[in-house]
Amino acid sequence: MSASSATSTAGIPIHEALCRWVFSSIGKKTIVAVTGILLVLFVTGHMLGNFTIYFGPDLINAYAKHLRDLGPFLWVIRLGLLATVFLHIFFTMLLWKENATARPQKYAVGDPIKTTVFARTMRLTGLFVVAFVIFHLGHFTLMIFNPSWTHLDTELHGETVHDVYRMVVLGFSNPIVSAFYIISLGLLAFHLSHGIGSLFQTLGLSTRKMRPVYEAVARVYAWALFVGYSSIPISILIFGLGKNTIK
Amino acid sequence: MNFTLRVWRQDGPTTAGRFEEYPAKNIPDEASFLEMLDIVNEELEKAGKESVQFDHDCREGICGMCSLTINGVPHGPGRGTTCQLYMRKFQDGDVITIEPFRVGAFPILRDLAVNRTALDKVIQAGGFITARTGSAPDANSVPIPKVVADESMDAAACIGCGACAAACPNSSAMLFVSAKAAHLGLLPQGKPESERRTVRMVRTMDDLGFGNCSNYYACEAVCPAGISASFIARLNRQYTSAAAREAVGATTI
Repeated sequence: MSASSATSTAGIPIHEALCRWVFSSIGKKTIVAVTGILLVLFVTGHMLGNFTIYFGPDLINAYAKHLRDLGPFLWVIRLGLLATVFLHIFFTMLLWKENATARPQKYAVGDPIKTTVFARTMRLTGLFVVAFVIFHLGHFTLMIFNPSWTHLDTELHGETVHDVYRMVVLGFSNPIVSAFYIISLGLLAFHLSHGIGSLFQTLGLSTRKMRPVYEAVARVYAWALFVGYSSIPISILIFGLGKNTIK
Repeated sequence: MNFTLRVWRQDGPTTAGRFEEYPAKNIPDEASFLEMLDIVNEELEKAGKESVQFDHDCREGICGMCSLTINGVPHGPGRGTTCQLYMRKFQDGDVITIEPFRVGAFPILRDLAVNRTALDKVIQAGGFITARTGSAPDANSVPIPKVVADESMDAAACIGCGACAAACPNSSAMLFVSAKAAHLGLLPQGKPESERRTVRMVRTMDDLGFGNCSNYYACEAVCPAGISASFIARLNRQYTSAAAREAVGATTI
């Protein structure tokens, strides 16, 4: 009696149980959803940070300096983000591979039933956004395309700091860069138009009544991000934001 | 009414299939889709050709045996089973493409007939309750809130036809599995096995080679029983909670 009750409560080892969950269909989807939330939070925070550009050079330069001053903690955030992106893509690829083998023969008449264009293009838009992020890091973080930008300095409260304001204005003064930026953000909005609404379903928070609400809110949120981000290159390129600082 | 049928013909599970075209002539508009196929098959047999094999049983929309993907849509246009689809839904002279349910876990037996044993395996994994033998319990002795009973009955409407997996671009059977887990799991009679049922059904589904849900909701759009994809959200929630409780030793599966 005591022996049997002992085994019935012990169950399987915790790492084994965790592993089973992680690699189950629902586990993989949940990981994609949770990492997706973290990335949406990052994208939101990043946009709010970008908005400091509207309050003049001092604010965005101070904001950039604060970020740099985080030092080792900045690297924790960076590596955390990298791990999040990796997990998001890795588990998507696993799901993709399984989904491709689950239907060995396709239908001759391919009628996309109900699915939205946002849902059908998730992988494509996702991969495009990854390519954009790599360009974006090389452009503004590593400055490999314009090495002279590393010497863009300015005075801030008696200190010499990197002039992020002028760098951004210079960067977006190039119409091709701005166009690529806006297109990429548009594709991110496509991705999130399905992604944000979808994660409520995957995490089991959705109900019959709430699903249309989540989806509508997700759609609005995704395109609000697009408008927010795109407003900066448009302000610089079309409305001449910061023009006087780069002459 | 006259139609041209493009029908998938396949001699066996391992042989390659192909489309063949057959005329469907003088079809009454009140004929069901299956009756139209019966008429075409009679003509084929008269001409000394092999008739087209397709699944059917009750022909009144409740057994879940009929299948067929018609012009890319499982059970064809409109919501309902293939047997409840009438030829008046089509235009005279239409070319109609008829394919089997294309799901890796449903191997083609012959022509349009597929083997849906995979769904039975999911049921065997947990689609049951433990019932007390002996005299019948007092009716209505177990109080069940009306919303819960209704929700359970909505899930119980699933006829297990497999159209959800056939419509899903990923061949995922999540709508079927979620309906079966919910229909028993919501009621007090099915509660004792609830966690075990959910986890075992999902694991069996995964092992059988169905795809993963991408929240496309094509399943819900074609389901002849009107099962809501909200049951999939419930399954996701219950599976993760049961797996977590198993991991920490609060339950066994």
